Amino acid sequence: MNLPFRLQSFRHGVHPDDHKQGTEHLVVEHMPFVGRYVLPLGQGGKPAKPTVTRGQRVRRGERIATADGFVSTSLHAPVDGTIVDLGRHRHPNGDLVDCIEIEADAFSLQTIVPHATVDPDTLDVDNFVAHVQQGGIVGLGGAAFPAHVKYKTPAEKPVRHFVLNGCECEPFLTCDHRTMVERPAEVLRGARIIAKKLGATDIHIGVEHNKPDAIAALRAQVLPGEAIHVTPLEVKYPQGAEKMLIKALFGQEVPAGKLPLDVGCVVNNVGTMVAIADWFDRGIPLIERVVTVSGPGVRRPANVRVPLGTPVRDLLAHCAGTVPETREFVMGGPMMGSSLASIDVPVLKGTSGVLAFTAAETARGNEFGCLKCGRCLDACANFLNPSVLARLSRHGEFDALEANFVMDCMECGACSFTCPSNIPIVQLIRVAKSAIRDQKRKEKKP
Amino acid sequence: MTGRSVRTQLQAAPFLHTTLTTPRLMVEVLLCALVAALAATWYFGLVALLVVLAATLGAVAAEWLLPVRLPRGSTLRDGSAVLTGVLVALTLPPAIPLWMAALGGFVAIALGKQLFGGLGQNLFNPALVGRAFLQAAFPTAITTWVPPRGFFDVPGTTFAWPFLRGQLDGLSTATPLSQMKFDHIATPLWDLFVGDVPGSLGETSALVLLLLGLWLGLRRAFDWRIPVAVLLAVVVVGGGLHLVLPARNPSPLFLLCSGGLLFGTVFMATDPVSSPTTPRGAWAFGAGIGALVVVIRNYGGLPEGVMYAILLMNAASPLIERVTQPRPFGRRRPA
Repeated sequence: MNLPFRLQSFRHGVHPDDHKQGTEHLVVEHMPFVGRYVLPLGQGGKPAKPTVTRGQRVRRGERIATADGFVSTSLHAPVDGTIVDLGRHRHPNGDLVDCIEIEADAFSLQTIVPHATVDPDTLDVDNFVAHVQQGGIVGLGGAAFPAHVKYKTPAEKPVRHFVLNGCECEPFLTCDHRTMVERPAEVLRGARIIAKKLGATDIHIGVEHNKPDAIAALRAQVLPGEAIHVTPLEVKYPQGAEKMLIKALFGQEVPAGKLPLDVGCVVNNVGTMVAIADWFDRGIPLIERVVTVSGPGVRRPANVRVPLGTPVRDLLAHCAGTVPETREFVMGGPMMGSSLASIDVPVLKGTSGVLAFTAAETARGNEFGCLKCGRCLDACANFLNPSVLARLSRHGEFDALEANFVMDCMECGACSFTCPSNIPIVQLIRVAKSAIRDQKRKEKKP
Repeated sequence: MTGRSVRTQLQAAPFLHTTLTTPRLMVEVLLCALVAALAATWYFGLVALLVVLAATLGAVAAEWLLPVRLPRGSTLRDGSAVLTGVLVALTLPPAIPLWMAALGGFVAIALGKQLFGGLGQNLFNPALVGRAFLQAAFPTAITTWVPPRGFFDVPGTTFAWPFLRGQLDGLSTATPLSQMKFDHIATPLWDLFVGDVPGSLGETSALVLLLLGLWLGLRRAFDWRIPVAVLLAVVVVGGGLHLVLPARNPSPLFLLCSGGLLFGTVFMATDPVSSPTTPRGAWAFGAGIGALVVVIRNYGGLPEGVMYAILLMNAASPLIERVTQPRPFGRRRPA
């Protein structure tokens, strides 16, 4: 924590306790294979189309569903086994969605059958984008947006900076941290592939300075004279929001409603780069990812490399289960993740963490009146007025909400975190935003 | 793994929350106000505590008798009524009849807060509404200062029956501000600074108030921009006037240390409810208070102007807030 005020960052934001000490030094372990795997077809973009039938035997790494349209990605079998069901299963968000269920072959050695490796330099942009799409690769930071979509850039918007997001500003999560420490060569290999294809002039890697080992590991991989900059950033939430990261690195604001590309940037998560490197160099598609299992309810917190589709129940069991006082299960980080109604749901491509909380963390205190203390304004990285938005949301004043830029809110939750009166500010904003979206949809088709 | 008896819950993110809560904030400010009350007891004797007690009882009674119907129940638990009562008392002179102090506390909560809909809804600082009411209703009692005669000595007016004023058993003296206003006599700065001067309970010792303000500011109990803006404006406006006409206008140091300026700055102007929430608004609000205080003191008919300066800026606060909304990230300043 030496001289944090000197480090680059965005303005506003909050400083939650990072709770990373439980897992940040734990080497990523492998999740043993379990009996059944459930893979929702929609894991980033439009749901994929199954290419297998019930009863069909599949090999680990084999494609089982193909992208349906451009903003969609393929899906691959995480294990050797048999397709036992093409039907609806519970998604972590609570919905019943179309899935492929695989029963693992208990007698298989589970060796990956790699796809053909490809030298990215031999591909033109369109083929490159298509190949990334075939690898089933999505952004592994949490939003699971199909990775290849970002690489198809229009000619009138040249890319100057390729930005790697190693901030991991969500408390508890350490999966990106461990990835940077343990696989820095793959991180940079993926970054070099993408930056070259995009025609970016340089690569910037932003890492919060509470990960000095990750910064050192990445820097050790940079060749002399190479235009790759590893920048330590202030530990502040939401540093990992891509617009905040761009502001921190370049001092530039991405205009509201625009994309990073509009200021000449493409932003990717560090874990995504490892997936890119594995796909091109080793022919391994995205069939597993690193998940941080942590929180006071978990008996043996760990960073685990988990085959996609593994039930959360089995993952928690691998981490010695949860304490009886556990009151809430969260998928993702504690600031933006979602509560699980059931742990019989699969790990997805976008699952960065599985957290278990006890009553001590999840108890919500009494709500008091808004004192207009202004703490939420000082927290909001988007420079909105959350106190006003929450009040307007309670009264259903949609026009006033829009005039106060409610749709600019990225729902990072810094306002709710900081409110001394315990007002569920971001929750009220979410309600307002979805109501406004519904209204717009109705107006479109009368 | 998880037994059938275990009940889990579903909430919406974020799952983490800061440990700072509104009741804790109230308690922290309340403790600081009580330190100021103890300082008053040191200078004025036990009667100071009696006044604090009376005003607090009045405030709590109003909160209890006039509950705002909130689904979450009475706001008594957040401690804000107690704080308002103590703050009203600290604006009063030590010899005020206790029934007046209690009435002031009652009016502060009844008219200043509950009438608007309870905690967070009020336009004006409730404690100053109570004080303004007393000043309008009992102008003599609220401007009569009796020098302290002993720690346990209680002025004859203290236990006056309701609606009576009681017999003042001593000579009243002038405060530093009225001496300056009407006789152009400046009290030595050191006396002002340590607080050995006649005045209201909370406003005597600049030293104590500065320390309390510093503590609350470092604890982030209030928006530090407001007190900084008030003091800067007093120095700039008051200092400017002093440079132009030194015979007529007191020095900025005198302005800073005398009367209710520091007390009002630390405990009244920083009330979050009646001040703007926006950062730029906080600067404008504080600067307005500082400028108004200097203008009222130097050119108005009253020796003291802190109360009216803050109440006026309270009234302007919604407007200030409207024109100082932050510029959203990635947008031009809203027109």
